[in-house]
Amino acid sequence: MALLEAQGLVKIFGKLTALNYAALTVGENEFHGLIGPNGSGKSTLMKCIAGAETPTKGIVSFGGHDITQATPAERARAGMSLKFQITSVLPALTLYDNVLLALQAQTSLLALAFSRTRGVLHDKVMGMLEQFRLADRAYEPAAALSHGQQQWLEIAMALAPEPKLLLLDEPTGGMSIEERRVTGELLQPIKASCSLVIVEHDLDFIRDICDRLTVLDQGQILQTGSVQHVQSCPRVQEVYLRRA
Amino acid sequence: MTEITHSSAPLTTRRQGASRRWTVLPILEVALLATGLVLPWLLQDYLTVYATRVLILCLFALSFDLVWGYAGIMSFGQAAFFGSAGYGVALLARDLGIVSMFLVLPAGILIGFAFALLLGGFLLLGRHPASVIFVALGTLTGSYACDRLARGWYYLGGQNGIPSIPPMTVGSYDLTEGVAFYYVALGFLIAVYLLCRFLMRSQFGLALAGLRENEQRIAFFGYKVQHLKAIIFSLAGAIAGLAGSLYAFHEGFVWPNVLGVVISTQVVLYVLFGGSGTLIGAVIGTIVIEAISFWLSNSYQDIWPIILGVLLLLVILFRPAGLVSLVVSQRERVGTFGRPQGRG
Repeated sequence: MALLEAQGLVKIFGKLTALNYAALTVGENEFHGLIGPNGSGKSTLMKCIAGAETPTKGIVSFGGHDITQATPAERARAGMSLKFQITSVLPALTLYDNVLLALQAQTSLLALAFSRTRGVLHDKVMGMLEQFRLADRAYEPAAALSHGQQQWLEIAMALAPEPKLLLLDEPTGGMSIEERRVTGELLQPIKASCSLVIVEHDLDFIRDICDRLTVLDQGQILQTGSVQHVQSCPRVQEVYLRRA
Repeated sequence: MTEITHSSAPLTTRRQGASRRWTVLPILEVALLATGLVLPWLLQDYLTVYATRVLILCLFALSFDLVWGYAGIMSFGQAAFFGSAGYGVALLARDLGIVSMFLVLPAGILIGFAFALLLGGFLLLGRHPASVIFVALGTLTGSYACDRLARGWYYLGGQNGIPSIPPMTVGSYDLTEGVAFYYVALGFLIAVYLLCRFLMRSQFGLALAGLRENEQRIAFFGYKVQHLKAIIFSLAGAIAGLAGSLYAFHEGFVWPNVLGVVISTQVVLYVLFGGSGTLIGAVIGTIVIEAISFWLSNSYQDIWPIILGVLLLLVILFRPAGLVSLVVSQRERVGTFGRPQGRG
């Protein structure tokens, strides 16, 4: 059974149809890339999956349950995690507190009031920061990080609660070539524990880490399949790859 | 809690440097506490009465600071909880003769809490997060409606309010305005301050910091943001209720203004002036504004509100983080959550 299934998704904003019966299926431990020209509906599809937007029509199911009307918090509690396109770390808080904030989300309010899980979560927080090469800056404010490091911190925050599905919207946006390479390295190890849907413009990056690709154009699915299959599709080459 | 074992030497130095800098806030708190404890011995009686009123207003300012400074909820109607509790305990005293501190103060807290829960539930518990403007206007309207209701309701004394509230009692002792009431108010202020400090420095405080900084982000982590908001809003309502009850018995009467927009705005200014998001800022803001108002109204009877207004504007324009930011660094104001300060 697929972990995530989005079927017949339509999203209309006023007179604009951002998604036109789009569909997406992601299996367990699968890295799935979403590509397409600007305005093709990639981010809208991600938002409909994550709960930031409610689709006008269609169904999103996660782990076999219909979550189309679920709030973002309910989806997060079900095991879905999102990294926004625009970096949204909390700049005034330390890196440590940013990750702790993500980790403690499912702790009861009473336990939070008495800081009961603080000790238990310490090793996890430091482990995540270590994994993303940020441990030596754990007690600095997130605002002090470079843009690329803020992106890593945000991926660390999204991964901290050990989600079943991670949604990354342009994680390498604004990064240097070296930072992109490192980001790819940082993401590879998570394959053992979670699935990934990633929106990216950098095709080399996508080719390196993804098992399957879906190409969107004008809100519709143009092609979906293995990376090799999609790359060799003449229609995809015509619409997207040659343009990129 | 395990120690961090992989820190590099420069990092250790940096942390030690950071912890050395983080000492201003406790010093400020201890200095204010010491001043508060000895003040009645230094002041004339009428000034002790004034200082008691300021302490009660500090308590009220803490309630606003919790919702705005810590949780980012703009409550422009905090006086509704303050005043409704004041009216509630005044009615208990007038109509039922209940004046025991052990009954009227819990009743005032309960009134503030219940009213805040009701209004907060309506404004904050929708399926989608309410906008700042919606909450600000909703609370402002609530406060204004309470003011109008009190003015028009004969049972509540109309425009004149409820005069001659009998003194609150502790056992057989009448707690009238003066040194004893001062220390009772100070005791409650310290207790509430410590409770808020404990909460805001806990993991719950971290969740509130997330709520204030980026509500949408923490919703995507799985936080029930509306619930968090309703809880802190109700807790702040309870504190405002305690302040309102003390105020009613201290002043000996309540009138519609204690429910209205003027006091709701006044508490916003206290917190902005002192520094929102720091408990000590709310206390300092209240003390400084009230002290300046007192002095100016004696010295410049005609133009003192203008001078005070200009002063407030200057601080808000040039020190948006409030007076407290003159001596406390931003890092210390943000603070730590559930760990000793030396750990970062």
